[in-house]
Amino acid sequence: MTGGFADPSIQSAWGFRAAMMAMARPGDILKVSGAQAPAGVSVAASVLLLVLCDPETPVWLAPSHHSVALGRWIAFHTGAPVVDRRGDAVFALGAWDSLLPLTDFRIGTAEYPDRSATLIVEMETLRGQGAVLTGPGISEAAGLNLPEVAAFRANRALFPLGCDFFFTSRDRLAALPRSTVVTAPAEVI
Amino acid sequence: MSDYNFAYLDEQTKRMIRRAILKALAVPGYQVPFASREMPMPYGWGTGGVQVSAACLVPEDRLKVIDQGADDTTNAVSIRRFFERTAGVATTGRTRDATLIQTRHRIPEEPLTRDQILVYQVPIPEPLRFLEPRETETRKMHSLEEYGLVHVKLYEDIARHGQIATSYAYPVKVEGRYVMDPSPIPKFDNPKLESAAVQLFGAGREQRIYALPPHCKVVSLDFEDHPFVPSKADHACDLCGSDTSYLDEVIVDDAGGRMFVCSDTDYCEGRREAGHLGRLAASGPSAPGQEDAA
Repeated sequence: MTGGFADPSIQSAWGFRAAMMAMARPGDILKVSGAQAPAGVSVAASVLLLVLCDPETPVWLAPSHHSVALGRWIAFHTGAPVVDRRGDAVFALGAWDSLLPLTDFRIGTAEYPDRSATLIVEMETLRGQGAVLTGPGISEAAGLNLPEVAAFRANRALFPLGCDFFFTSRDRLAALPRSTVVTAPAEVI
Repeated sequence: MSDYNFAYLDEQTKRMIRRAILKALAVPGYQVPFASREMPMPYGWGTGGVQVSAACLVPEDRLKVIDQGADDTTNAVSIRRFFERTAGVATTGRTRDATLIQTRHRIPEEPLTRDQILVYQVPIPEPLRFLEPRETETRKMHSLEEYGLVHVKLYEDIARHGQIATSYAYPVKVEGRYVMDPSPIPKFDNPKLESAAVQLFGAGREQRIYALPPHCKVVSLDFEDHPFVPSKADHACDLCGSDTSYLDEVIVDDAGGRMFVCSDTDYCEGRREAGHLGRLAASGPSAPGQEDAA
């Protein structure tokens, strides 16, 4: 079973540092390396799965990424159970359209807002332009080519509840925590 | 390096801590519970900070550890050695050279940059704990944004002492939502909580992790007629002459002699190397105990 980390301890540390900096600074696009899951999963998404998933974190695979090969790869390298319902997932992986509707994912509870799902959204490309991001972690404004705006605004309206997102394309990743305010480019003048 | 796993903790533990850190960054100021491990040091010596640092370190990091601003006190020295041995990382005393700084109760004087991470050691993470001892209640208070009790505490300070007497662990409100304990830093440091660096808080005994992303809005609680004042001793540093840094008062003899020195040892040394001299530093940098108290 190939595509895992050759040196898990060090490569996980590198992968996490990138994931953490992305989550701390929404819109920043960072490079990662070292993992390659099968069935068309990006390097960046593969790294995130290896860094963050283990037997305690059920994973939901969207139809776009649901395959026996990937399920086996996740089971072998992380031990995470692949679940059938969005509502059971701690992590979810897929293309944007395939992940919808977001409303079925866990958003945490008022007393434990951390108990919410983190979605890994596979993208064609990542660019620092498009939707305008403001909020914690951003000094003035940042840009990111989000697949849409409305869903992220609805998610922000749930704050401090809500889902958190990673966006992955090839060996790049970016993040959008629930705290970020998303505005369509045309609205900013 | 040794036979320890990189940065001491096993991978499963680091993954659990890393997931908590990501959620902490996503909900600034909210305390994420985590399964704190026993560390080879006693509670109260920074076990929370050490676990957060261990989960964040990469081999290329240059680590700085400070205890009340000083690089050379027991707690700082032992934690630095711990990571030298278990993670093989380089260490430094210079704030600007460090990529990850673990701190007990101070924020360095020199402004931090976007590529730096500041990890705080936190004894009691719950800002409401001394007002309401029950965890079930404080959790509910946070969920309902019911923070009136904190203002009552500050008001009682004013009624009793004529001013807000809380001088460290001064409560802040993060992004207009969660009231947070900034760890027992002096309130002088509170304005520095709005920083370009990533700030992570680890409480080992209390099993909580929380965070402030860069440029996060952090407001020290106060009243319109009693605004927040980041106070310090009204002196200049006796070694480097700085009148803007946070000072420690040092008793130097048994006749009431005293001196004030920067609590941030790296900042003070840097200023003296640059030629700034304080009241008692005419003979150049030397140990405070050897100075004459004028």
